[in-house]
Amino acid sequence: MKADPRDLVIVGAGPAGMAAAVEAARLGLAVTVVDEGQGPGGQVHRAILGGPLSTGGLGADYEGGRALAEAFVVCRAERSFETAAFMIERRPGGFTVAASGPAGARLIPTRALLIATGALERPFPIPGWTLPGVMTAGAAQTLLKTSAMAPEGPIVLAGTGPLLLLLAAQYARLGTNIEALLDTTPSGAARRALPFLPEFLASPYLRKGLAVLVEARRGGRIVRRVTALAAEGVERIEAVRFTARGRTERIAAQTLLLHQGVVPQVHLAMASGAEHRWCEERLAFEPTLTPDGETSVQGLYVAGDSGGIAGAEASALAGALAARAIARSLGRPAPDDRTLRRALDRARRGRRFLDAYYRPADAFRIPADDVIACRCEEVTAGAIRAAAQAGAQGPNQAKAFTRAGMGPCQGRLCALTVTAIMAQATGLPPDEIGHARLRPPVKPVTLGEIAALAGKD
Amino acid sequence: MFQRLRDIRQPVRLTIDGEAVTADAGDSVMAAILASGIASFRRTPQSGAERGPYCGMGVCFDCLVTIDGRGNRQACLAVVREGMVVESGGARPAIGGP
Repeated sequence: MKADPRDLVIVGAGPAGMAAAVEAARLGLAVTVVDEGQGPGGQVHRAILGGPLSTGGLGADYEGGRALAEAFVVCRAERSFETAAFMIERRPGGFTVAASGPAGARLIPTRALLIATGALERPFPIPGWTLPGVMTAGAAQTLLKTSAMAPEGPIVLAGTGPLLLLLAAQYARLGTNIEALLDTTPSGAARRALPFLPEFLASPYLRKGLAVLVEARRGGRIVRRVTALAAEGVERIEAVRFTARGRTERIAAQTLLLHQGVVPQVHLAMASGAEHRWCEERLAFEPTLTPDGETSVQGLYVAGDSGGIAGAEASALAGALAARAIARSLGRPAPDDRTLRRALDRARRGRRFLDAYYRPADAFRIPADDVIACRCEEVTAGAIRAAAQAGAQGPNQAKAFTRAGMGPCQGRLCALTVTAIMAQATGLPPDEIGHARLRPPVKPVTLGEIAALAGKD
Repeated sequence: MFQRLRDIRQPVRLTIDGEAVTADAGDSVMAAILASGIASFRRTPQSGAERGPYCGMGVCFDCLVTIDGRGNRQACLAVVREGMVVESGGARPAIGGP
């Protein structure tokens, strides 16, 4: 039984994936969208259609995703939620996507492929970060969006970046008190970001940022210049110990929410053979893309934050542009791009300032020897350093030395940390150290699901 | 350890570690477990350390639980369904099991 190939399969229904689907469907392409979530929106607009706080409390940026989500759910694309793309294979004239969903696994042949898997939060390896009750600010925000849930106190937020302040502001608005917000933005942030100040002043980020800051302040105590941070407890977190301006303090906490920016979710594109390079400004691996979003693999496109962090608005515009380029590559006419490109340039304005200002401190990115780097296999930074000193050439050899990256997450979370530790230990640039190699299936599937695929294509 | 700021709109009944729990339609299994007061979802196979959800979006695999007899399910991605049976503790699936 051979299905007719789709024109375009899109992985991810966040801003980039939704906008690409709407545009591609409008241009007459046969489109299938798969997403792991229950509905459209991605992480940023999660539960925007019908969620318990979808009509109030989370702010204009969140609610701003509704129009696109509404257009997406009525567009002529096939939508598969709770579905994970776990393998991509090249085939003559396109790709085959293997996806696992509620009805089992299936193979979707397609002419073109757009990966719009968005971002994940940068790992925040500190002592005690594996204790229950320590989670990312993004996880807490997801619980807010999907279930209108907030932690019971005392709550401590720690880290740097707009999302952390946004969560503090949202909690303040909803009446959830924060014990403290521990700001780890390193000294010198303003100096580093200064060259990008003019474009930041001309961007909407300034007004939005100031409003969020005022609200976040109302939520509780803010401690600046935090240079050391640890979660303490036995079976779960009981306290946070931190050092700010040379003074160490310990405060009781039931919940510690960590955040130090987001990085592209590159796993699927990397496993598909697309070239990725280290970006020193954003401290992350990013795919090499043409202005249309095509990777080094012909017909494989990446749009949105998985191609380099750009935010929801820029992601949606990049998704629409990629959809048009894909339509043209399949011989379909598409409108002139100039208006969209100008809008994309505008939406990207101010980003470099944020990247420079909220660049995480090395101390929180490259942990000390006794801190766990790989959460799955409980491998410390010290063990990875020792492997690098014993001659391990990169993350893939470090796996063999230490098992780092060989647990259930397959290195999704620790890969950046392992690369950073090895780069520091060897003095080599991250590009030479490389990223842990990702092999399909990039998402867990049962052998039964894979066996059931036999003979389907 | 998490509390609801809004009332449940569409109750879904499930069992978490033998206790009957009411969640809201659309809750992840992670949300339902956290709302029931449980912070530790499993123990690690290496050191036996307690773990709870970290990333909340399917990346870290720290929220693994057993759902309807199938082990190692990501609680943050699974959605609550009526009659679901959830077990924490990190039990692994039996060989030849479901």
